[in-house]
Amino acid sequence: MNRLIVPEAACLAASLLFILGLKRLSSPRTARSGNMLAAVGMALALAGTFLLPGMGHFGWILLAIAIGTAPGWLLAKRVKMTAMPQMVSLFNGMGGACALFISLGEWLREAGDGHDLARAFPMLLGIVFGSVSFTGSLVAFGKLQGLISEKPMRWPLQKTGNALLLAVLLVSAAMAPSSQNELWILLPAAAALFLGVAQVLPIGGADMPVVISVLNSCTGLAAAVTGFAMGNMAMIIAGTLVGAAGSLLTVLMCRAMNRSLARVVFGSFGLGPKKGVAAAAQGDQSMREIAASECAIMMGYARKVIIIPGYGLAVAQGQHLVHELEEALEKRGVEVKYAIHPVAGRMPGHMNVLLAEANVPYPKLSDMEEINPEFEQADVALIIGANDVVNPAARSDAGSPIYGMPILKAENAKNVIVIKRGRGAGFAGIENALFYNAKTRMLFGDAKKALQQLVTEVKAL
Amino acid sequence: MSVGTLGMIYIFILAIFTGVEVISRVPTVLHTPLMSGANAIHGIVLIGGVILLGMAGDSKVLCALGFVAVILGTLNVVGGFVVTDRMLEMFKAKPPAKPHSDK
Repeated sequence: MNRLIVPEAACLAASLLFILGLKRLSSPRTARSGNMLAAVGMALALAGTFLLPGMGHFGWILLAIAIGTAPGWLLAKRVKMTAMPQMVSLFNGMGGACALFISLGEWLREAGDGHDLARAFPMLLGIVFGSVSFTGSLVAFGKLQGLISEKPMRWPLQKTGNALLLAVLLVSAAMAPSSQNELWILLPAAAALFLGVAQVLPIGGADMPVVISVLNSCTGLAAAVTGFAMGNMAMIIAGTLVGAAGSLLTVLMCRAMNRSLARVVFGSFGLGPKKGVAAAAQGDQSMREIAASECAIMMGYARKVIIIPGYGLAVAQGQHLVHELEEALEKRGVEVKYAIHPVAGRMPGHMNVLLAEANVPYPKLSDMEEINPEFEQADVALIIGANDVVNPAARSDAGSPIYGMPILKAENAKNVIVIKRGRGAGFAGIENALFYNAKTRMLFGDAKKALQQLVTEVKAL
Repeated sequence: MSVGTLGMIYIFILAIFTGVEVISRVPTVLHTPLMSGANAIHGIVLIGGVILLGMAGDSKVLCALGFVAVILGTLNVVGGFVVTDRMLEMFKAKPPAKPHSDK
């Protein structure tokens, strides 16, 4: 009997399970089982690989798997939900590095007998994609973890330098297949590693959802091209599925910020002239402060309250208190909903996870298109730690850096309450006219403390 | 059973369409678990690492590269699936009954 039948069947089954698993992710009810299916698929593919003819070094393989499992498991079990973006980046970088090492290995294995172009090309791509996602993800991890400044970094001759790096990468990769020296391959690898760092360093924290999506897609492609090089169907299919997922999310995130991918990767957000600041400073408007007790009365006697959580809420660790406030209001018969902007948080859908962790039931979480028409019926829009995603300048001020970005129409609610740390402009340094609106009241202070007061006051009503 | 390069390209293209079709139905609420689940799935490179190490023969360089690749791939796979499971566990239609909500 053909000794390849069992491994091939395992690969086929794994590919099917990956597709079915991703399909089940389309509803929160079936999602968990979908993830399980994909994990079973992975186990099958792994088991099938052990049965390939010509395999050896089983002791070493099992040892390496054991070494990788322990920290992977511990990190995954311990990580806080707020730290999820950097965790995903870190795991993503590991996958990228894995693809890099495999492609290098395959390249060196064949180095003796000269390279066939049909195989050399995917290997080179594997080396490039793997390297870029490895170092790119590590830089993204460093930024999200606060090890590297979240601010966009600039240095002299940045664009020229990157272009030069890219040129070195392309030329050395093109020459690699015909090179007599087998170490030549390290040159394009090194160029790609540097390119990953140079591309992600200049990108600011607010753009991280896009960066993470791109890097995820990049590792997916690295896995797919490595599959091409090794003739492994499961790797091609799984890698491509992930590449497609990452690309789709990238497009969605870019659309949610009304910025092209090129502008995120090569642009200079937050460094341009701060027109909005100057405009607001000229006016004689002022913010109107409000006390927590008054807020509680406004919300406690409202029919409908829409809460707009931003990343500031997560930073203040206020998710559980928001849920408590929501429960206290619901007990009084107030309808409470959450309006989630697609880029709230540091990765796609991050805010939903943070609120789910605080036991907010997911049917209460509405996305932007769904909730925007509802603001007109809302008595109160409560904005916590969000700024740009409710900034009307995105629709009215063509000079604003966020002009054209779809926003949550909080200003359509009858009253707007903003919980904000201080009077300064937000993360992106853009002044927000909504805060000076006649129907807006500001509740200054730490989000967590302010929410605590609100909960107490609402309960006392 | 072996398909040539052309066969792999067919599969690649079909997989792109399958991926886009399947993933575009995932609601925004689940985008983070989708990404981390997808992240775990591209850990399939682990298989490549296992093959590299398993077929490394006597070459010390290949053994070393394969060994590191398997460790990194495993980290990716295990971490990815476990963290996704942890997140999805939290998505519930109704909050669980709490001691303080009964008064």
